[in-house]
Amino acid sequence: MGIFDKIFRQLGRGEPWGVHPDEHKRPASEAPIRTLPVPPLLYIPFSQHVGAAAEPIVHVGQKVLKGECLAVAKGTISAPVHASTSGEIIAIGPITAPHPSGLEIMAITLRSDMEDRWLPLEAIVDPLAAAPEVLARQVADAGIVGLGGATFPASVKLGLGRRSGIKTLILNGSECEPYLSCDDRLMRERADGVIRGAVLMRHATGAREVRIGIEDNKPEAIVAMRAAAAGVADVSICVVPARYPMGSDRQLIIELTGIEVPAEARAADVGVLVHNVGTAHAIHQAIDLGRPLVSRVMTLNGAALRQPGNYEVLIGTVVDDLIAFSGGMRNTPARLVMGGPMMGQVLPSPLVPVVKGCSGILALSAEEVAQGEPGPCIRCGSCTKACPVGLLPLEMNARIAAGALDGAVGLGLHDCIGCGCCAYVCPSHIPLVQAFNHAKGELAAQARIRQRNEATRKLAQARTERLEREAREKAEAAARRAAERKAQKARDAASAAPEQANSEGAPA
Amino acid sequence: MNLNPLPDGDAELAPLAPAATLVAVTASPHAHGGGSVARVMQRVMLALTPATLFGLWLFGWPAINLFVLTIGGCLLAERICQRQMGHKSSLGDGSAVLTGWLLALSLPPWAPGWIAVLGGFIAIVIGKQVFGGLGQNLFNPAMVARVALLVSFPVVMTQWVVPQPLFSTEAPGFIDSLRITLQGPELPDAIASASLLGHTKTELSRGVELTHALAAGPAALFDWAGLRSGSLGETGALLLLVGGLYLLATGVIRWHIPAAVLAGIALPALIAHAADPERYLSAPQHLLSGAAILGAFFIATDYVTSPNTGRGQLIFGFGTGLITWIIRSWGGYPEGMAFAVLLMNAMTPVIDRYCKPRILGRQTNGQALEPKLIDNTGGA
Amino acid sequence: MLIAVISLTTLGVVLGTLLGLASRHFRVEGNPVVAEVESLMPGSNCGQCGFPGCAGAAAAIVNGNAQPTCCPPGGKALAQAVAARLGLSLDLSTVADAGPQLAMVAEEICIGCCRCIKSCPSDAILGGAKQIHNVLREACNGCASCIERCPTGAIGLKPVPVTLQNWVWPNPTSA
Repeated sequence: MGIFDKIFRQLGRGEPWGVHPDEHKRPASEAPIRTLPVPPLLYIPFSQHVGAAAEPIVHVGQKVLKGECLAVAKGTISAPVHASTSGEIIAIGPITAPHPSGLEIMAITLRSDMEDRWLPLEAIVDPLAAAPEVLARQVADAGIVGLGGATFPASVKLGLGRRSGIKTLILNGSECEPYLSCDDRLMRERADGVIRGAVLMRHATGAREVRIGIEDNKPEAIVAMRAAAAGVADVSICVVPARYPMGSDRQLIIELTGIEVPAEARAADVGVLVHNVGTAHAIHQAIDLGRPLVSRVMTLNGAALRQPGNYEVLIGTVVDDLIAFSGGMRNTPARLVMGGPMMGQVLPSPLVPVVKGCSGILALSAEEVAQGEPGPCIRCGSCTKACPVGLLPLEMNARIAAGALDGAVGLGLHDCIGCGCCAYVCPSHIPLVQAFNHAKGELAAQARIRQRNEATRKLAQARTERLEREAREKAEAAARRAAERKAQKARDAASAAPEQANSEGAPA
Repeated sequence: MNLNPLPDGDAELAPLAPAATLVAVTASPHAHGGGSVARVMQRVMLALTPATLFGLWLFGWPAINLFVLTIGGCLLAERICQRQMGHKSSLGDGSAVLTGWLLALSLPPWAPGWIAVLGGFIAIVIGKQVFGGLGQNLFNPAMVARVALLVSFPVVMTQWVVPQPLFSTEAPGFIDSLRITLQGPELPDAIASASLLGHTKTELSRGVELTHALAAGPAALFDWAGLRSGSLGETGALLLLVGGLYLLATGVIRWHIPAAVLAGIALPALIAHAADPERYLSAPQHLLSGAAILGAFFIATDYVTSPNTGRGQLIFGFGTGLITWIIRSWGGYPEGMAFAVLLMNAMTPVIDRYCKPRILGRQTNGQALEPKLIDNTGGA
Repeated sequence: MLIAVISLTTLGVVLGTLLGLASRHFRVEGNPVVAEVESLMPGSNCGQCGFPGCAGAAAAIVNGNAQPTCCPPGGKALAQAVAARLGLSLDLSTVADAGPQLAMVAEEICIGCCRCIKSCPSDAILGGAKQIHNVLREACNGCASCIERCPTGAIGLKPVPVTLQNWVWPNPTSA
């Protein structure tokens, strides 16, 4: 039944989506996680998550302990940030953001006192007996965001799952991006913590079961996780084929449950919630140990590095420090990338801090990047075949090149997940993802202007009405005064007349 | 950067300053699968090589001259166009060579040299560059040239010769071949021949029944090994099939178009032949004649002028095959592959418009799917 | 002959009646397109286009007396929206769109005269007499009405600062 089931599913889906890029995971994936020593200076941005930036509650000169809250969440979708080590706040101001634009971002500069002293931590005792809201609160206070790279505040997602009554919690351990192996190492070395996190999350969301999806190219992780999950009820390890982008929410949900999440809907709408395995581990630490998110495991990889490997890094560590500690660079990399090679962001310089969503730093050589001179599209259809969402990247690109952004939207631009499969396979080296990013950004900018124009039009209308009202009131007041004056005059005249009469009639 | 840049004083507490030299802002992905246009073209040429060598051997020096001149004409035309338009030269990507190659395979092997050069120019200038160059043309350039030549010079374009393999006694030498190339062949009856499709058409139009026509025709009319009259890319049909399978195996083309083209020819041929064997050729005769194999694997599969999705390619391919069979059976020309390809090329934008793949999470009409709740009440 | 005359006459009468009915049945008051285009305009009636207010500009664009690109506060986005509505082809390269703009007050020159406040169509400028004025970013659409009112030249238009939130990927040059 299983085979036929699969064949029919395959037929229903058409040809297999996605690509099989060279993995490049070894040798980084074979060395145990090393802990990076505390760097002298840390730069902790306010905004390391999707949503509103956190609001600082510390001042320059203040001494803080490791784990102390530096900035609090502001609004419903936001997350606090914490001191990654103990030390002194020496500046609060703009630094270069770990972002391709090289623009500035507000950050707190923390000078380490090299003691790395923790704040007294408050764990939740017997969390499985506590109310789900209590767990979500603790996760929110710990500043945990999606560590797979989406950086959506984890507690908001837990709350959403609870409210929409999700049934299945999926942990994403597929790690389909080439080069990266931080989730792999985490699952191999800290499988118990991940499983514990999964159990806590199941409790916090009220899900019935947990399925953990791991790609079949990580046999050691599968063994370790199976061992850790043995005896834990309703937690199952599911092996999925290694294929990029298996780690994308919708693809993984189809693979694990057979359910297709409708466009413009969330996974929670079909009773599923997807979290990264790293997030699960962080949630375990937050609830069982009371530790806020101050560090994460990330992969250092790429041909330009002397010693690729996985490191436990404090949030706010400068990339340059991280590379120097790992053994430095062999030669100048062609590109420095934060994240994986398929969806990661190029860094403007090594002098930027690592943030919560950073799953890896890649120093790629020119051969690895293999950037080619873009040529004309020959309509070979490789992109169509590779697109995991079923889009026509070549057609969308043609529309965007012609300036017809609406045409691209009509072809499904907003369904594009930016996975990069199309650009990866394109024989003409057309920068498809950049074209789509550009179009999405341009459309968002236009929407912002429309919104602003809408707002100012309302204001202008209100002003016109106010001016008219004022003018009317002024006119009415003037008319009233005129009428009063007239009446007064009339009264005066009336009272004057008898007086006159009187005076006339009065005896002289 | 120094690992410990921090002095004790407050003076140098400058936060990380914006980077002075920004790298080029480049979006992901930061890796590439390694494919290139040149590699695609090279693979197609490799796939064509066995059948081409066979054809060149079979028809000798005049065919070799024709082959070289056609490709040379295409390259020259491409170079002139790109210089005139101020474009960077892209002769290296091999697309012009391939166009010339395919055109040469579709010409009568002893066609005069001016046909070759003129064909090359028509293919590149009218077929490709006026649309804006590589990737922009609506019609298959090689087929545009073939049809233009066929309509303009019907006599020269339908002069077939009996196979005269290279190094055989009756084959013309290199010097003789130059005369043929420059002046055109003056074919004595001994070597003038007809292709199977041409012969069939002539005889049927005279009211001769098919079995008689085939029995009375030239000896080398139909031969499985390919020792027969026809264009360069017609005789080595089985070798072309091998090349086509190589393209399928290496993923250069997908199975949809070749399968649909062959089905589009074979299905009506099967039915019609079964119904009236005296008027209609059999399916194998159709498949191994004319440009059926060449068209199915190498011409209809041209990326630029064929639809993009599997479903669209099936429609396109079947249409091409069906029109080919219709023209062969009832039309005025013995072979219809070139016309069929051009007609379906014109349909490609329409097919592409209506055969979009289904977007994940949406119905085929673009509406979002209805949310269907996961049901795991039965346990894991 | 007679048949032809009769049939043509009948045809004329019938079609004429139909046209007459249709014109009565589908009659529209005013030009709805103008109202629709006007609803797309910024609506601040700043007058930079040279027409009396946004309604005037909308009418001019619909009548072909002005280009959809004539509105500086609306910029490219508006031009595209209007062109799409009217089915015009648009040469965006002629739009001098430096992106969205904002009025900014130079604090050291502002004398607090309140003239700009009165001129602002969307009440985006705050301040009192003899006090430095300031511009509310959310309410300013960069219409520039305030600029010439300022006696000291303290108000100028600046592009909206680029931040991580509104940064847009550059368009790859390849076509």
